Amino acid sequence: MPSIQYREAIRQALAEELTNDPNVVVMGEEVAQFDGAYKVTEGLLEKFGPKRIVDTPISEAGFIGMGVGASMLGIRPVIELMFWSFYSVAFDQILNNAANIRYMSGGQIQCPIVIRGPANGGTNVGATHSHTPENVLASHPGVKVVVPATPYDAKGLLKSAIRDNDPVMFLENTLLYGDRGEVPAEEYLVPLGTADIKREGSDLTIVSYGRPVLQSLTAANLLQKEHNISAEIVDLRSIRPLDMDSVLASVRKTHRVLIVEEQKPFCGVGAQLAFMIQGEAFDELDAPVARLTNIDAPSIYSPPVEAEQLPNPQRILRAALGLLR
Amino acid sequence: MPVPLALNKKPSAAADHTARTGTGKPDHSGAPVNSALSPAQKVELYRRMVRIRRFEERSLRAYQAKKIGGFLHLYIGQEAVAVGCCSLMGKDDHVITAYRDHGHAIAVGMELNPLMAELYGKATGCSKGKGGSMHFFDPTRNYWGGHGIVGGQVPLGVGLAYALKYKGLKGACMTFMGDGAVNQGVVHESYNLAALWELPVVFVIENNGYSMGTSQARSTAGELGKRAEAYDMAWGVCEGHDLYEVRASMAGFLELARAKSKPSIVEIRTYRYRGHSVADPDNTYRAKQEVEEYRRTKDPIQVFQNGLVAEKALDAALAERIDAEARAEADLAAEFAEASPFPDASDIQKDVYWEADNPSQRKSGGRLFFD
Repeated sequence: MPSIQYREAIRQALAEELTNDPNVVVMGEEVAQFDGAYKVTEGLLEKFGPKRIVDTPISEAGFIGMGVGASMLGIRPVIELMFWSFYSVAFDQILNNAANIRYMSGGQIQCPIVIRGPANGGTNVGATHSHTPENVLASHPGVKVVVPATPYDAKGLLKSAIRDNDPVMFLENTLLYGDRGEVPAEEYLVPLGTADIKREGSDLTIVSYGRPVLQSLTAANLLQKEHNISAEIVDLRSIRPLDMDSVLASVRKTHRVLIVEEQKPFCGVGAQLAFMIQGEAFDELDAPVARLTNIDAPSIYSPPVEAEQLPNPQRILRAALGLLR
Repeated sequence: MPVPLALNKKPSAAADHTARTGTGKPDHSGAPVNSALSPAQKVELYRRMVRIRRFEERSLRAYQAKKIGGFLHLYIGQEAVAVGCCSLMGKDDHVITAYRDHGHAIAVGMELNPLMAELYGKATGCSKGKGGSMHFFDPTRNYWGGHGIVGGQVPLGVGLAYALKYKGLKGACMTFMGDGAVNQGVVHESYNLAALWELPVVFVIENNGYSMGTSQARSTAGELGKRAEAYDMAWGVCEGHDLYEVRASMAGFLELARAKSKPSIVEIRTYRYRGHSVADPDNTYRAKQEVEEYRRTKDPIQVFQNGLVAEKALDAALAERIDAEARAEADLAAEFAEASPFPDASDIQKDVYWEADNPSQRKSGGRLFFD
């Protein structure tokens, strides 16, 4: 199986869906001539031409709103946000228009749009460029939210997202773009709303998504090697829809849960997960649900300190040991 | 049909068609787009304006009787704008507007029953009781709402135009907004995108003089339409109380969009008789005499009626009958709404996700709802 970068996996998904469906359009800042700020869309302009690969001005509200309007007439825009952090200037378009238009029209209008781009900290760019809005987005019925951690998942999920008839928010990670992973040469899809057990274990369950899944894998290996503790890792992959059955199955197996998310703690995805786990598997728990998040403050610039503000293998390790104490 | 050019110093309004009558008032009845109308078609346009007004008056009474909740932004006084513009629609032309949306809905041909039922929050409403007054939609008539946030619908209109151009359709999207919307940032982003990519959109600013309770003089620097010049777009101004003038002016801008895929901005000067919404007591920011003066001299229905009578397309008896029919139709719509069922609580989670409503075609797993 070929090993390709995360960014290449996304590019393959885009190229395949551009080929499959003439109504798919890729647009965003620097996606065409510049080949993408993070080179995700490299070569697509040359292959598909300027009608399909469209450079936009710096007008997130304008071009996301435009994408929503175009999707109502059957176009399938895949819109790149250079950083998901810029969602805030397009908030009205995403949450009032994309999320609500189907509902407010009594189901008459569909909005098959995908908005994708990186959402992560850890790159020392300060608070304005380090937002991870999956929790904010997922709290709005009408949108779907996906956060892939590996090249395989990124490709399969993006293809599903582009074919989806509902608006899908697709959150990538600049620190993962260069990661390599095995991706089949033949076509495949990963359905939204299906979690993946990234590591089997028996002593505790780590529920995570995005880059912290990979950090949790590192921590799990350390737990095994240094403490003889066996951690199971459930990668949600999709926040909404949410594969709660896989989470609960793992809880029933290990009876201890640590949620790891690159997110501020208040009203995060972990808060919702913990609520559901205690409500639906209370008798299975041998300890309160534990959670590891960012240290609760705007993202700090200072490079060595930012690494400590975010989840990292050592913090995950300590949190896991605390849960098992 | 003459096409207005992008003018750099003055509006490219319907000057081509303007003749002066003996009274000194411009007469647009002879504009090609108007002289092409049969008497019956003219009467139909008149009827449509009357139906809008009687619908709105009936809805106000229902609101006062507490049959309707939330907001109710009445269009009374502005009828010639929606009817004039929408009467020019071809099969690939589209409309989107803001929250003062009842007039456009009727102008594109929506029936009164589902509109009134929507106001009553009933399951038979055009949006199944899920949208309310500000959120009327009918994609089958190319009517895309009905949007609650000032200016928020404007990029959607650009997107509809983008889709038309992408698909190679020779249509235009009339993107309506109020005078208050012109100061929203996303409106300028939309202007830029439309001009940059030469999208077939006509931005129609319905200037009723007040963004809620703040007059144009207190809210907006410069001329509303003139902002088009910064984006090298054609623009125009026309008087919205004269249905013929609205049609004469808009026809050229629509053709510019359809034939050359060029966007434009048209400011249509109009006036609302009622407050911003029914919650606005309308006693703080304008004088009663101002409303009365407009109603007396520029009421769009009366002006068009006078014109049609002079043309002998309409007489007093027919006008009276149209009015009586419109009142009866509005009353029947209220009865229909009253008799209709509310949505069931089990309907709350329908129409949220396409996938949830089409379970046999669902591809994703997991939970979509979190009760």
